[in-house]
Amino acid sequence: MLRCQSITQTYLSGGHELTVLHDITLTLPAGGFLALVGPSGSGKTTLLGLLAGLDRPRSGQAWLDGVELGPLDEDARARLRAEKVGFVFQAYHLIPSLTALENVQVPLELLGRPAREAAREMLARVGLADRGHHYPSQLSGGEQQRVALARAFVHRPRVLFADEPTGSLDADNGAHVMDLMTQFNRELGTTLALATHDPALAARAGRVIVLAQGRLVSDSEREPEAAPEPVVLAR
Amino acid sequence: MSPAAGASFRTAFVLRMAARETRASLRTLRLLLASVAVGVAAVVAIASFGALLRDSVRAQARALLGADLALHSAYAYSPKAEAEIAQLAREAPGARVARVTRFGAMAHLADGPARLAQVVAVEAGYPAYGRVTTDPPTAWAGLPGCECALVDAALLPVLEAKAGDTLLVGEARLRIGGVVTEFPGDVGLRAALGPRVFIGPQAVAATGLLGPGARVRYEAYVALPSASDAARLALRHRAPLAAERVTLRTVGDDQRGTESSLGRISSYLGLVGLLALLLGGLGVASATGSLIRRKLDSLALLRCLGASGREVLAIELLQAVALGVLGSAAGAVLGVAAQAALPRLFAGLLPVSVRFAVHWPSVAAGIGIGTWTTAVFALLPLLRVRQVAPLHLLRRTATVGGRRLDPPRVAAALALAASIVALCVVQTRGGLEGVVFAAAVGLVMGLLWASALGLRAALRRGLGARLSYPWRQGFSNLYRPANQTAAVVVAVGFGAFLLMTLVLVQHNLLRDLHTGGGRPNVALFDVQPDQRAAAKAALRAAGVAAPEFVPVVPMRIAAVGGVPVGRLLAASAGGARTDRSAWALRREYRSTYRDTLSDSERVVEGTPWAAGAWRGGASGQPPLPISMEMGLASELGLKLGDEIVWDVQGLEVPTRVAVLREVQWARFEPNFFVVFPEGPLDRAPATFVTLARLEDAGRRAALQRTVLKDHPNVSVVDLTQLQQGIEELTARLSRIVRLTALVSLAAGLLVLLAALAGSRYERLREAALLKAMGATRSQLLRIAVAEHLGLGGVAAGAALLLSLPAAWALMRYVFEAPFSVPAPPLLVMGAVVALLAVVAGVLNAAEVARRSPLAVLRAE
Repeated sequence: MLRCQSITQTYLSGGHELTVLHDITLTLPAGGFLALVGPSGSGKTTLLGLLAGLDRPRSGQAWLDGVELGPLDEDARARLRAEKVGFVFQAYHLIPSLTALENVQVPLELLGRPAREAAREMLARVGLADRGHHYPSQLSGGEQQRVALARAFVHRPRVLFADEPTGSLDADNGAHVMDLMTQFNRELGTTLALATHDPALAARAGRVIVLAQGRLVSDSEREPEAAPEPVVLAR
Repeated sequence: MSPAAGASFRTAFVLRMAARETRASLRTLRLLLASVAVGVAAVVAIASFGALLRDSVRAQARALLGADLALHSAYAYSPKAEAEIAQLAREAPGARVARVTRFGAMAHLADGPARLAQVVAVEAGYPAYGRVTTDPPTAWAGLPGCECALVDAALLPVLEAKAGDTLLVGEARLRIGGVVTEFPGDVGLRAALGPRVFIGPQAVAATGLLGPGARVRYEAYVALPSASDAARLALRHRAPLAAERVTLRTVGDDQRGTESSLGRISSYLGLVGLLALLLGGLGVASATGSLIRRKLDSLALLRCLGASGREVLAIELLQAVALGVLGSAAGAVLGVAAQAALPRLFAGLLPVSVRFAVHWPSVAAGIGIGTWTTAVFALLPLLRVRQVAPLHLLRRTATVGGRRLDPPRVAAALALAASIVALCVVQTRGGLEGVVFAAAVGLVMGLLWASALGLRAALRRGLGARLSYPWRQGFSNLYRPANQTAAVVVAVGFGAFLLMTLVLVQHNLLRDLHTGGGRPNVALFDVQPDQRAAAKAALRAAGVAAPEFVPVVPMRIAAVGGVPVGRLLAASAGGARTDRSAWALRREYRSTYRDTLSDSERVVEGTPWAAGAWRGGASGQPPLPISMEMGLASELGLKLGDEIVWDVQGLEVPTRVAVLREVQWARFEPNFFVVFPEGPLDRAPATFVTLARLEDAGRRAALQRTVLKDHPNVSVVDLTQLQQGIEELTARLSRIVRLTALVSLAAGLLVLLAALAGSRYERLREAALLKAMGATRSQLLRIAVAEHLGLGGVAAGAALLLSLPAAWALMRYVFEAPFSVPAPPLLVMGAVVALLAVVAGVLNAAEVARRSPLAVLRAE
């Protein structure tokens, strides 16, 4: 589902070229759950962005669901993302001028599909059925992240990219969000790729890659910890 | 830090922080700076130019009048008037008097095209001051005493003539001795309206044109050995001369007249400049409000670190002042540069030349006004920062709020309103006009504001909910947090409103001037009774079916309300207060007699006499009923039933105002101030006038030649030429007026751009997010189109709707003319304004869409 070959990325910083990723190669099969871990500045978010086609690498290639990203132009990559990718960010990134329900509708609307019912259903699944008409500023952090999660899954993406999805949340809310993510991963077969420095979160992944200073230092596969059952959807 | 130190005001800290933040915010705020600068530039340019123009008028005042004292009358001077002039000259030994006679006449070559010209017969010694430039250079000195004429340079090509040709003026045949290229006090465009033919005094008689009914202006120019005598002599002789219908003007009178009309123009232009500045101020207020919301975190942080609410306010206010000073200084530089270009814009419209100079008082005033406007507009939103809770950093819900009626904010709002009124009053030189203007501006801005709020509310309530996603997203941006929808709609809408109102007024003023659509385009006047048959035949031959001749009887007022007019005029010249204006009492009237109304007039008050009621002369007792134009009645202080005695070529005719009429003067039709019934004036000496329509310019020229050949005294005027002159004049004027409106529109668009720059961060973040979720560039652009079409569309639509009643009111109450709406140009202008907003938004969105989403979305 996700593959990259010898990816290197550099940024200009203060007039100097800074290499943030060195020669990274990895493959993640469909339905897999990958955790990228490492300290701040180790290149997790950069790698996530390159795998999602948000940016172009300095060198190397990346494939998303078998499609090579390199030859695609900006709009083609955008269409690919609209079809196949969902995102969750640490800072939620909801659109402030839209209600919770409208925020969830956006991915389907970008695809030109019927949105309202699916979005309502998705909000209900994250336990926010009665908050659909609220604006982001009227929701707590945990609620905003659950809206973001509903938005990420509403169009049944093949891959979900998550950048520190629980980083801004307390332990309870964080666990709840993670439960939802793993549940969707199992139910819908969505491939998960997340960047985190939370060991508890990484422990749920079947595959953990550790980055340090832009280099891949370890890549381990193991049996993921089981999510506590039953999943509590409404709080 | 001790609590005591914390409670005091730390000036050094505040100054340092303000300086740092100003430096940091300059990049984001430079467009705002530009919108302030545009307003200040307009204010400085107009004020400087006005001041320099005033100086020029003062410096060239004597040349403008041409003498120390100038006399003029519509009648040949009476023996009493001549005696008064002789006495005046005796009282100032060494005084020189030069006579000038002006009258209208057809000028043409024997077989060339003819043009109605102003004939100016000058004695040696006129003008006493200022230089007349001619080609050849010595021609002016040789004019008195020579059988020749000098003409305005513009006249030669019209007449297809050259120097040396023989010019026909009435019955006189004069050699064209050269052209006048410059005349002191000339407004360049005057030649287009009435080109001049200068002749010597002895040539007047040869024209044979000064018979009864001729429109002549008799002038006398007195050059004094010492200019200081002028006021004394004027005081002594003004009243006795006025009683003889001779007006006396000094250099001072003339200068005051010129200054007051130029002052009115520059005060109007100054108001428009001020408007641009106010729009900039509005942008400042709006941007400040939205900036504060974005800076809540850092403001709360300052409060956490121990800064007081007052200190935080001072830091922000100082930034606004710094912004005001920088923007105003840049504006002043721009204004001085623009002022250098203004004389070109006014080319042909000013009686004096204006030298370029930096007028420092205007520059200083511009910077002061700009800084003050910026600060006072920024203060209102800034007062909220006093209430930023330190807790905001920990709990987002603890946002800016506070009491609804915060006394300092109420005071700031009042100060803002008072400043606007004060600025307008100062600009109109302390008049009530300033207050009215400020109120009108306030009303229009209020309505624009309301329409923006209406749009926002309608969108929030689900208007457009059925539209496709990009449109809904774009519209929802209009009510995003920290949006500047209202300010942008007001700023852009106001500029559009001004422009549309001006176009509407111009259209309505010019509409009636058009000679197209079957309106008359040839006028014959000064036709003597015995020439009527020949003129009729010539018109028939040219293709006019049934030419009708309207009689014109010259007359003057002998007495009003039982008081002889000489006494009224003398009293008025002596400074007595009166409700009858001197010019209306003094002037010559060309009245007609008829029992019906023309197409361009209507009865407002009174009952018209029955047709034929006064025919035969004996059917009623004097006074005769007359019908008077309303404006004239009010100038003369007359109402229905009042009596007025006319002097018709020496015969006194008592009359009574029986009908008050409204007349559309702008139409080329034989209209009259005073209409008598048919019958009683039948035998008074009259000339006749007729209007006709001849489609073909060649036929009009042929008619001129035919009539003039045998009847050189008749004026055969091609009205399309006159119309062209008037159109050229209005085109020049409206170019200036439109430019000032465009400055306002530019200021409004800068506010839009500044608002875009201010919300750049949110836009970047949102675009990145949408891109991450798979939005294509075209979807992002469509969102931008929707948002800015909403903004521009509402601004243009509201401006259009507001410009209609505004222009209607101007036409109804100021110009007193009918109103119609030219839909196509208005709709095009509305579309252009909306399109400009869309272009600005799309360009901005295109730039935002180019950014990589990853950089923006990294955890904040």
